[in-house]
Amino acid sequence: MPNSLREAHHKHQNMLDILFRNVTRLCAFAVLALLIGILVSLIFGSLPAIKAFGFKFFTSAEWNPVTDEFGALVPIVGTLATATIALLIAIPVSFGIAIFLTELSPQWLRRPLGIAIELLAGIPSIIYGMWGLFVFAPLFGDHVEPWIKSNLGTMPLIGPLFSGPPMGIGLLTAGIILAIMVIPFITAVMRDVFDVVPGLLKESAYGLGATTWEVMWDVVLPYTKIGVVGGIMLGLGRALGETMAVTFVIGNAHDLSASLLMPGNSISSSLANEFTEAVGELYTSSLIELGLILFFITFVVLSLARYMLFKLSQREGHTA
Amino acid sequence: MNAERPIIPKMVVRDLNFYYGKDRALKDINLTIADKMVTAFIGPSGCGKSTLLRTFNRMYQLYPKQRATGEILLDGENLLDKKQDLNMLRAKIGMVFQKPTPFPMSIYDNIVFGVKLYENLNNHDMEERVEWALKKAALWTEVKDKLKKSGTGLSGGQQQRLCIARAIAVKPQVLLLDEPTSALDPISTAHIEKLIDELKEEFTIVIVTHNMQQAARVSDYTAYMYLGDLIEFGDTSTVFTNPKRKETEDYITGRFG
Amino acid sequence: MFTLYKRRRLKNAIALSISVFTMLFGLFWLGWILFTLLEYGLPGLTAAVFTQNTPPPGSSGGLLNAIAGSLAMTLVGTLIGTPIGILAGTYLAEFGQRGWLAPVTRFINDVLLSAPSIVIGMFVYTVYVVKIGHFSGWAGSLALSILVIPVVIRTTENMLRLVPNTLREAAAALGAPQWKVISSVTLRASRAGILTGILLAVARISGETAPLLFTALNNQFWSNNMNQPMANLPVVIFQFAMSPYDDWHSLAWAGALLITFSVLSLNILARVLFRQQATTH
Repeated sequence: MPNSLREAHHKHQNMLDILFRNVTRLCAFAVLALLIGILVSLIFGSLPAIKAFGFKFFTSAEWNPVTDEFGALVPIVGTLATATIALLIAIPVSFGIAIFLTELSPQWLRRPLGIAIELLAGIPSIIYGMWGLFVFAPLFGDHVEPWIKSNLGTMPLIGPLFSGPPMGIGLLTAGIILAIMVIPFITAVMRDVFDVVPGLLKESAYGLGATTWEVMWDVVLPYTKIGVVGGIMLGLGRALGETMAVTFVIGNAHDLSASLLMPGNSISSSLANEFTEAVGELYTSSLIELGLILFFITFVVLSLARYMLFKLSQREGHTA
Repeated sequence: MNAERPIIPKMVVRDLNFYYGKDRALKDINLTIADKMVTAFIGPSGCGKSTLLRTFNRMYQLYPKQRATGEILLDGENLLDKKQDLNMLRAKIGMVFQKPTPFPMSIYDNIVFGVKLYENLNNHDMEERVEWALKKAALWTEVKDKLKKSGTGLSGGQQQRLCIARAIAVKPQVLLLDEPTSALDPISTAHIEKLIDELKEEFTIVIVTHNMQQAARVSDYTAYMYLGDLIEFGDTSTVFTNPKRKETEDYITGRFG
Repeated sequence: MFTLYKRRRLKNAIALSISVFTMLFGLFWLGWILFTLLEYGLPGLTAAVFTQNTPPPGSSGGLLNAIAGSLAMTLVGTLIGTPIGILAGTYLAEFGQRGWLAPVTRFINDVLLSAPSIVIGMFVYTVYVVKIGHFSGWAGSLALSILVIPVVIRTTENMLRLVPNTLREAAAALGAPQWKVISSVTLRASRAGILTGILLAVARISGETAPLLFTALNNQFWSNNMNQPMANLPVVIFQFAMSPYDDWHSLAWAGALLITFSVLSLNILARVLFRQQATTH
């Protein structure tokens, strides 16, 4: 090519390269902009409520649209309580399933079973809600809750946790359904993390005569504990933000009660139920502040989760 | 080796140093690549032969923290000069890699990919070019009826010949081969070695190989490298039968590496 | 010594039995939910579901407008979110070696991936719905696109990273400029994986209710107008299920069955596609 044509070609390709790079960069920025936009809009929207209630918002159980008195205590307690119940159930179950899939299951069963558990994650939240409300809660309330009430409700210390009429819906039910929803997430991370444990490490333990359980509990789990905790936090993040499943079965009562069998509220279910009908600036703003609190909590939890999983992969020698 | 042909320098390397971050991987390399001859770089793992090859088309510039100082003259022009158009340089210097790398497209599209970048050929001329390149790479008879099929469907040896065809379709001046047969079976390897012998009628070829016998079979000139230094460079028969340096002799006779 | 061993063996046996039990536990819930869906949903799945619009309380009808609305908003949401996701994912994989933008974007993307979708809905409500004064199909699509973006970014980046460097080098060695290397070779080599990512994103948004609650709301009638509240399956199911009417309940179950079936099929399809692409390489 003659020189002038060459130079023109060179400049043209350079421009296209720059254009392409900047377009992709712009889209990456869009993600950053999205986060900032969400934070800014939530903060702005919460300002009236923040100005009106300040810190009392976190400690007040009052929720009265008529007198414009709002407090976040009930939803926050509900969110934390249901998430805690969910984790208490999901962690050991996920651990068990992960052990099964990595050590016990015959090779040909591994994929189908793994897929089956992942399908649990694919079922939309609203389906869990409907199943929970129409099928699970009545059965739970009729057959299981009375048993819980009479056996656990009479014990010292934890007794008050299990008092009240067994209606089927309530904090406990919501927690159980959340547990089922969260199990596939925690299981998936545990599986991935167990799979990258060096075979030699496990073999040296087995070679000393350790049983499968001992290998998992004393060797694999400590080795992967950062990743496992990361996975648990991921599950926690999910549980905190779940909306529809919880909305159906939590009972939607802005009442604070000591019992898990009683209906309550979570942040997401309050938003789902009340946001479109909220009239008045303070009402709407209080709901937005609830949303901000939820976003903040999940942001912190998810960042921690990511940090832990990152630390684990660093140790494995992969790049982020 | 062709003793009758006049030896014209095609590329001249002067005081070339290469750095991976702070590590100096190539130390003061000086050599000449002869036009329309095959020059081989040999040496044990980590000696810098691939690094040296990859400075010729500035492939290292795809990665941060890698840089070169010195001069590499191609027909008198320094291709390490910052003002060089990198992409056009690479159109003049072709490269074939260790593992066959067919693009995820048809055989025909693979070949024309490079040609379309810099030449404006009509359909007929393009088809002619494809046929020419595939014939030169000794692949034409095997694929002429399935040009529209995917390049990834060929066997390992065929894929590598496809990559060679793709590289020569743009009519480069120099062809760089980075261990082109190390991933292939002996029969494919023999095919490609025969190819190299035919290709050097038209192209200057530089080949990196960890297989000494291959270097002895195909090359006119050989450079022996060790830990970033150019230990010996000369015509192949001398380097293999009468090496000037003891290190060269130790490597050739298999005392190490 | 021997009794110690016996105790260890017992512990092991108990632990492993519990493990089997947990596996069955997980499968039990899956089975129960799917069975429930079929039990309550199939009877309601009449032809009317696909031909009639949502009825007023107390009468029978179908889910046509809801299905159409969901399809429309899913499509638009995917069309908006996918290009942004692919381009951003390309930035992260191909240009992200230097500078601060890539690690920050990756971090934020991971957070957004698991963020509560109801907050996303609130965000679109406050910046868009409030500004234009009414709920609309566009707002719903917007909210869904925000959910699509992180999924597509994640899968695009991962798929691009799997492309071996030698392929990029081979294209560069022919003198191709970087944009051409990426568009004609790298992206092309990952197209099956990227498509899988898009399918997973579609599966995800198909079942989402919360973000549509405050954006598209719902519409009892058929609407062609994206600029008005738009009927959609999840919100309809929510409304009908929480109501006291039997007709509405049976429609809600039919809708639930439809959504679950679509979502699970998309998931399985994505998996099969991905497996195919993995085995041809």
